[in-house]
Amino acid sequence: MATTIHPPASRVARGLKNASGNGGWRNLVPAGGDPRAAQEYAPPPASTGIWVFVAAVCMTFAALTSALVVRKGGALDWRHFTLPYILYLNTAVLLASSVTLEVARRQVAAFMGGLEITGANPSRWLYATLSLGFLFLAGQYLAWRQLSAQGLYLATNPSSSFFYVFTALHAVHLLGGLYAMTRVIRKLNQHVLRRVTLDATAHYWHFMDVLWIYLLALLWMKL
Amino acid sequence: MHDMSAQAHAAHAGPTGFIRKHVFSLDHKVIGKQYYGLALLAAIIGMFLSWVMRIHLGWTNFAIPGLHLLSKNGAPGDVMTPEYYLQLMTMHGTIMVFFVLTTAPFAAFGNFFLPIQVGAEDMPFPRFNMMSFWVTFVSFIVMVAAFFVPDGPSLAGWTQYAPLSAIGSAAGPGQGLGEVLWASSIAIFCIGQLLGSLNFITTTLDMRTKGMSLWRMPLTTWAWFITSIMGLTAFAVLMPACILLILDHVAGTSFFVPSNLVLNDQVQPHSGGSTLLWQHLFWFFGHPEVYIAIVPAMGIVSHILMATLRRPLLSHRVLVYSMGGIAVLSYMVYGHHMFVSGMNPISSIAFSFPTLIITIPATIIVLIWLASLYGSKMRLNTPCLFSLGMISMFITGGVSGFFLAQPSLDIMLHATYFVVGHFHFVMAVSAMFGIFAGTYFWFPKMFGRMMNDTLGKIHFWLSFVGAYCIFMPFHYLGLASNVRRYQAFTDDYLQPLIPVHRFITIAAICTGAVQLIFIYNLVHSRFWGKPAPDNPWEATSLEWSTTSPPPFDNFGGTLPVVYHDPYQYGIEDSTSDYVMQTDPRNIQSQGDEA
Repeated sequence: MATTIHPPASRVARGLKNASGNGGWRNLVPAGGDPRAAQEYAPPPASTGIWVFVAAVCMTFAALTSALVVRKGGALDWRHFTLPYILYLNTAVLLASSVTLEVARRQVAAFMGGLEITGANPSRWLYATLSLGFLFLAGQYLAWRQLSAQGLYLATNPSSSFFYVFTALHAVHLLGGLYAMTRVIRKLNQHVLRRVTLDATAHYWHFMDVLWIYLLALLWMKL
Repeated sequence: MHDMSAQAHAAHAGPTGFIRKHVFSLDHKVIGKQYYGLALLAAIIGMFLSWVMRIHLGWTNFAIPGLHLLSKNGAPGDVMTPEYYLQLMTMHGTIMVFFVLTTAPFAAFGNFFLPIQVGAEDMPFPRFNMMSFWVTFVSFIVMVAAFFVPDGPSLAGWTQYAPLSAIGSAAGPGQGLGEVLWASSIAIFCIGQLLGSLNFITTTLDMRTKGMSLWRMPLTTWAWFITSIMGLTAFAVLMPACILLILDHVAGTSFFVPSNLVLNDQVQPHSGGSTLLWQHLFWFFGHPEVYIAIVPAMGIVSHILMATLRRPLLSHRVLVYSMGGIAVLSYMVYGHHMFVSGMNPISSIAFSFPTLIITIPATIIVLIWLASLYGSKMRLNTPCLFSLGMISMFITGGVSGFFLAQPSLDIMLHATYFVVGHFHFVMAVSAMFGIFAGTYFWFPKMFGRMMNDTLGKIHFWLSFVGAYCIFMPFHYLGLASNVRRYQAFTDDYLQPLIPVHRFITIAAICTGAVQLIFIYNLVHSRFWGKPAPDNPWEATSLEWSTTSPPPFDNFGGTLPVVYHDPYQYGIEDSTSDYVMQTDPRNIQSQGDEA
């Protein structure tokens, strides 16, 4: 291989565009930017990380969906049942929580941007979201109670087994979202909230909505 | 040689308390070492189990002194029962696959070196990283705890096929609590690996330093990145499968147990579950798992080969594309583990085709390695020897894979030792050689001391010959229809094969004993080895541009700036034959791709 070395280039190295960049990924650093500054301009890992996490959760529920389809496919013991009506109310509550979260996000953004805010603390909408989240979980618990009142327990039938597994796993993931929400509120009250933390939490929360609607449709069709 | 020891020191002081520094550390380097230690412990346990099993296979009624201490019921009079053999086999497979082959090349080396190789101070989520290790550790404790419950560990094999795995203690010793511990341990393990993968992916995408474009990342970084994507998707499937398995045990559900199953004259209280469902869920994880073990080893071997051959590989990009191709195809081939499961034969053909296709990227990688050897100025040190050894093992294991990929041949060979020989070569031993190569190569950077090269070479040659003595005869046994998973060979047609088993047992004990040389070298060098320079191998990537060992923040307060592709070896007109990634000199190289 014919290779030669030239004296050090004053500024432009081969393949390095005007010595700028944070590694070529969403190149946002001004030319000649300090490497330290590059870190500040690099995409916040939390914004990537949350989508990576969402991908993992999608895989988990995709696996369970395929399990449901396979298990139901060859089953002679599958018993259909009607979903408790409170689930539809719960869905409305969860959707409302996404709306309140978006309102909160706008208020916090205005607050962080130095715009004037009329009215109360921006965290009140976050508290509303948190409350609606807990209300949803309480509603899910009531749905379980209604099913068990009909004699449908976890092991009664594969259809009820899948119902409990899906709703419980979704609830566990939602609890994670509620924990993240309490952290956001705490940081906001301490004035140390970073925008990316709020955004990542909001993305996750909305994903929980979408996931629940998917699960509801799946359970409605298959159970 | 670049020596930064004089000027580099951590700009941010690390924790000084013992607990924060060595136990619940947030530092990716400490976490990497913790993973390595866990893998070493697991490897010793796994190897001990294989010794005991091999002795039993060679001399079935031989009393192994002290074995009753491990299990009073499983080894009365120090002779193991047939069930206990299966229990040990299960634990050997599980511990080796999960806690050694996944943990060492991916989690241990990846944690330590991925952030350094991309020029980051740490992973973006250090708390998740710490949790990832400790969750894995808890999972290991739960798994090993199964040895000490009354019935012992599960006997259903590391694949845990249903319904055997799902019906509780009626299925045999270890299928009650031991089985629940197995499934719980693996579910916990999945959480640990998901947290680790999350960190690996975000570090690679978002934490790269200035100038470190994707194509400037070393092949190890690429391998860990690709592996973490596989890990994220594969472990996310295994976890719910384990949850369903646990529910079949403790809650009486019927996900995997068919109806009217009679066991020990008892009708099982389950209705209409699908046994194949478990196999689908398990192998959707299980086959990518094979590549989770081997792709990091491929990256490590490529990385080391270039430093020892003193030239870039024929193609950096094709190798990355091939590793990516393997990752994508790994999800489409899992059904080849199920050719004899009673699955529709058309499905077998559908899975056989991509299985044959996946050999193409694997072959391309091997050909790139082999062709790069030609005309190189090879430095035949221990890391180089183990890298070449890994290539040898991978080729040997890969060739037997061609046979097994075809359903018509697999039907004959599936339940025999041929498969045991195949997967031990292609996945276990080749990944182990990758781990050894990585250890000898990176030990100076991890601990600041050199390992003894002479002992390393002795370790290599004895391990290399030993591994072939153990696993090559397995192919012969398989072709002679020696069924696997049998604890004793009492049938007429199997008895003439017992001498072969005894030969394998002796080879296994000797090769296992040889590993003591490695452990001695590891421990002795850690404390009394020759102090390591910053760049002992005259290598080019970022880990060699910092001190040995690196300071707390990896680069002493100033993040490096990257100017070159990772493997600028074989440079002419220079005092040295390499240019580091951080060297600002302008290079024009014809062999350069990116």
